[in-house]
Amino acid sequence: MRKFKGRIITPGTAKATAVVTHGGFNTLASMQMGLQFGDKQVKCSDQSNPEIYKLPLAGSALCLPQTIGSTTGGLVLYCACAMERQPACMLFSKSIDSLAAAGSILASVWLDGIKMPVIDNLGDEFLEYVKNGMTVTVEEDGTVVVE
Amino acid sequence: MRLTAHQQEMLDGKYGETKAKVMKTLVMYGETFGAEDMVAVTSEYNHLVTSFGLKVMSPVYDLMQRLVDDGVASEQKFSMDPRPLDKNVPASFLQNFVFNKFMYTKQDTYEKQLEKLGLMNKDAFTCTCYMDEVGNKPKMGDILSWSESSAVVYANSVLGARCNRNSGIMDIMGSIAGYVPNFGLLTDEGRRATWIIKVETTKKPDAQLLGSAIGMKVMEDVPYVYGLNQYLGSELDDAACTYLKDFGAATASNGAVGLYHIHDLTPEAKLHGEKLIAEGAPVYVIDDAELQRVKDSYPVIWKNPDATPKLCFMGCPHMSLEQLKSWTDKVEAGLKAAGNKEVVIPTVFTAAPAVLAEFERTEYAARLKKCGVITSYICPLMYMNNPLCKTMPVITSSNKLRTYTSAKYLSDDEILVTITKGGK
Repeated sequence: MRKFKGRIITPGTAKATAVVTHGGFNTLASMQMGLQFGDKQVKCSDQSNPEIYKLPLAGSALCLPQTIGSTTGGLVLYCACAMERQPACMLFSKSIDSLAAAGSILASVWLDGIKMPVIDNLGDEFLEYVKNGMTVTVEEDGTVVVE
Repeated sequence: MRLTAHQQEMLDGKYGETKAKVMKTLVMYGETFGAEDMVAVTSEYNHLVTSFGLKVMSPVYDLMQRLVDDGVASEQKFSMDPRPLDKNVPASFLQNFVFNKFMYTKQDTYEKQLEKLGLMNKDAFTCTCYMDEVGNKPKMGDILSWSESSAVVYANSVLGARCNRNSGIMDIMGSIAGYVPNFGLLTDEGRRATWIIKVETTKKPDAQLLGSAIGMKVMEDVPYVYGLNQYLGSELDDAACTYLKDFGAATASNGAVGLYHIHDLTPEAKLHGEKLIAEGAPVYVIDDAELQRVKDSYPVIWKNPDATPKLCFMGCPHMSLEQLKSWTDKVEAGLKAAGNKEVVIPTVFTAAPAVLAEFERTEYAARLKKCGVITSYICPLMYMNNPLCKTMPVITSSNKLRTYTSAKYLSDDEILVTITKGGK
């Protein structure tokens, strides 16, 4: 078990199973197909990301360096939150990028009762330690416990 | 964040609850990135990414309707990304059913919302809004609130405007408030290059492949590229701009690049030269072998990887007028060499409605039509973004389309042979 401390982008607590990508997470390529065609688990549809291809994203502890790709990324995340099919939390090893920040901030300001804690700056060690299937707990103060 | 009196009043609700929420969104966005203040949006027009009435995007249209109902229209008029559908593009009965009855059921409603919010005109649907024919071309130094990754990277790099990689919805928030938080690519420091790229290929590299390699390496950093000016020259003519359009789109979809500098070519590189490069920037050398490695790494997820292609898409991002003309010459020559009269695979070239209208005024349009090539204004990505297309072998020379769909990437040269001569 290890603990990591990051910066809180949107607050909250969560406990979920880790889905880990070491490359950039392409939000549109990964999530839109699942959201559009009724996949409640929102299995990752990004053919370019074999690490997490076909793994369920909804309700997961999504561990990533940053998001990449289309600027629809933020609104895809916003829609996932509105449909309550978002990851349980998003945990960034690096500083959050503008698209993921937009998605989580839009959901936090414009949607009622949606919680998706987002923590960034967890460090490279976090992404080296966490593996698919581990249990991840996000605490109120931004501490992330991986076991 | 330091706010002016006007910005603070907006945040405090003097101009209504919805505008206050818009400002709150922008303040939170800026504070996340350490912005100390906001700057006024100075471009004449905005550009928004969400052009499609996808049923799944209903939460977005609900938000847009709230903006309409509360009378907080954009301060600027705007262009949009391309429409998702065009009856000229080949589609099966089942595809048409899925498109019209299941996927894009919100299209008409959404376009009415856009008109109320400030759409430039009914044909302002393209990802290449910066083309002269379209008319949304910012000036050097303009501050933008744009989205659309390929347009943002072009505006920053080729036009010298200043824009962060804003998400959809965040784009219109800046336009409504009239301000954007001052961070990242809006600042001099954020525009400095943090990577050095040395292009050492034996011939002019494929724009999409080179952009893909750089995007995957530098992610969201700013690259300073040496070695391209030997192929593109030192003036931003039509051919150079077209190359950089496709190059940039690949850096932004295979990575998250929002700005690049090309030595002795792009405006800030010409103005400041190597002073733009930050101390300690790592070097990435790209030669023929590296480009081949990148190309070989692309997965082919067709059910039968050796299937004969059923459709070819060119124009993601939308083609320029120069590209439509040069490809007309290439297709004609290819067909002549192969002994064919028309393309042997249904082929669609996509471009902005205004570019297509200009193309129609040239003698090239009839020649391209005679070759059997279809022209359209749609977004190939939106056409292909459904499970039916997964079983359809589509080829493209767009790295962006390859990234988001099951389309298989071929170089421009390979595409030309495949559509004029045939093959797998």
